[in-house]
Amino acid sequence: MADLINLIENWIENLLLGWGASQELTLFILQALGSVLVVLICFAIVIALIWVERKLAGRIQDRFGPNRAGPFGIFQSFADIIKIFTKEYITPEGAEKGFYNVAPVLAIASVLAIWAVFPFAVNVLGADIHVGVLYIVAVGSFGILAILMAGWSSNNRYSLLGASRSVAMLISYEIPMVVSMLVPVLLAHSMKLSDIISAQDPWWNLIMAPLAALVFLISSMAEIGKAPFDLLEAESELVAGYHTEYSGMKFGMFYVAEFLHQYTVGALITIFFLGGWSGPMAVQWPILGFIYFHIKTFVVYLVISWIRLSLPRIRIDEMLNLNWKFLIPVSFINLVAVAIADRVMLEFEVAQWIYVGIMFGLNMFILLVSLFLAGKASPVVERETFPANRPVAVPPGAESK
Amino acid sequence: MVPVLVFAAVSLVTLGGAIAVVTNKNVLHSAYYLVLAFVGIAAVYVLLEAPFIAVIQVLIYIGAIAILIIFAIMLTRRLMSKDMEQRNNQWIWSALGALALFGVLGWLVYNANWPVIEAAVPKEPITLMGEELLSTYVVPFEIASVLLLAALVGSILIGRERDQESRSAE
Repeated sequence: MADLINLIENWIENLLLGWGASQELTLFILQALGSVLVVLICFAIVIALIWVERKLAGRIQDRFGPNRAGPFGIFQSFADIIKIFTKEYITPEGAEKGFYNVAPVLAIASVLAIWAVFPFAVNVLGADIHVGVLYIVAVGSFGILAILMAGWSSNNRYSLLGASRSVAMLISYEIPMVVSMLVPVLLAHSMKLSDIISAQDPWWNLIMAPLAALVFLISSMAEIGKAPFDLLEAESELVAGYHTEYSGMKFGMFYVAEFLHQYTVGALITIFFLGGWSGPMAVQWPILGFIYFHIKTFVVYLVISWIRLSLPRIRIDEMLNLNWKFLIPVSFINLVAVAIADRVMLEFEVAQWIYVGIMFGLNMFILLVSLFLAGKASPVVERETFPANRPVAVPPGAESK
Repeated sequence: MVPVLVFAAVSLVTLGGAIAVVTNKNVLHSAYYLVLAFVGIAAVYVLLEAPFIAVIQVLIYIGAIAILIIFAIMLTRRLMSKDMEQRNNQWIWSALGALALFGVLGWLVYNANWPVIEAAVPKEPITLMGEELLSTYVVPFEIASVLLLAALVGSILIGRERDQESRSAE
């Protein structure tokens, strides 16, 4: 029971070997099963996430959210799935058929591919390659390709505008995201995801590198392309951005990819800053690690939803200024400072609690100084005020008073 | 048997993509086929058990260069909408040059005496590579960084200058 996933794996392995399958074939079947299982779990999670998201959005905006289908409306997502499958596929005239159809598949594949390297528990690992972090960054770039493809092939000005906006944003926010990803790599002295998790025992990277975690959260929220960074699908300006012309399940794939991307970002933050699967008894009971991993991811997911439901959309110049004038310098300074501090403290072989304390203090110092400098540099906007007896529209006849 | 089949499939994808790049009339299609060819090359690196180079290939060639190319094409409306002629009157010379290069490279690959090291591949090749880059090869490494920085500054300067010219013209 403690190690349910490996128990099932061993059972299938022995079953196949008992049937006379060769070792290689058994390994291949097991790996294929594992990949299919990860994909299916991802899709199942998305169905739940869509309901949670809509319910949460409802509560935050003082509405009920879905409340008709089943108790608390939990079957709303299933009704939506059935509806979206029965919808007609409309291909706009003049669209590039091939690219138009490949784009949604590529969008979802680029998100799912990231899950290939995740360690879910102490002994349930994906492909535990020693370039795991680089792989995550590399695979993410296919998402940009998919957006460009969709925007261009739809033969629609709004789609194209949305796509070029989104690429400008995704490319620039990739820089602080990758640089702040390097901080956990530096602290773990490894790019292997399982090493990064085991290096966070017992102090999470959130304590040792809070600034990197903050920069990573902001920039990966921009990578998801949701509010407050949803300029690429600003309804009032661009209809729906790059997926304006998509209908039925093709739109559904973009939608699912978006939700899954948000959950994936939660998983990345969990791995890099919240200790991944680690938790009480997680080593003895690997199934607990699996549960901890998803609980932490879900909490981060809710935080991201909460932020994006509370903040209005920012303008494009504000978006670029935030990135190029604040996040990138801060993340680079943070990286250099952490590297030097790590090296110096390893040289002096300080105790672990001092190491953690100095790292935390250093991060906080950089954060406070940079916030102070940013506050001084940003222009002060005088709010227009009116005198107390300002002229207001008064009904005729009441003027004489 | 299986690795050979996989290699054959990957090579077909790579070569097919590369041929499509030069024969396609639509520049944007060419750019996407270029991405396909890059993916094929990355797969070849994976087959050679060099995951680091494979990932770097995807990161730099697809994540940076291909996206930049596609972005540039999208911003250039004239290139995007029309079916362009792929050849001009110099195509025969470039074809000859490419063939000559292919001949030389093929001859080299075929006749070179490839040294084989008996020792096993180290467990953590990236760690070793990083240490080598920052100790033995630190000077070339730094020179490459300075070169990149110079290119960055240069590109910003070019962008600024054009801006000032257009302003003074107005």
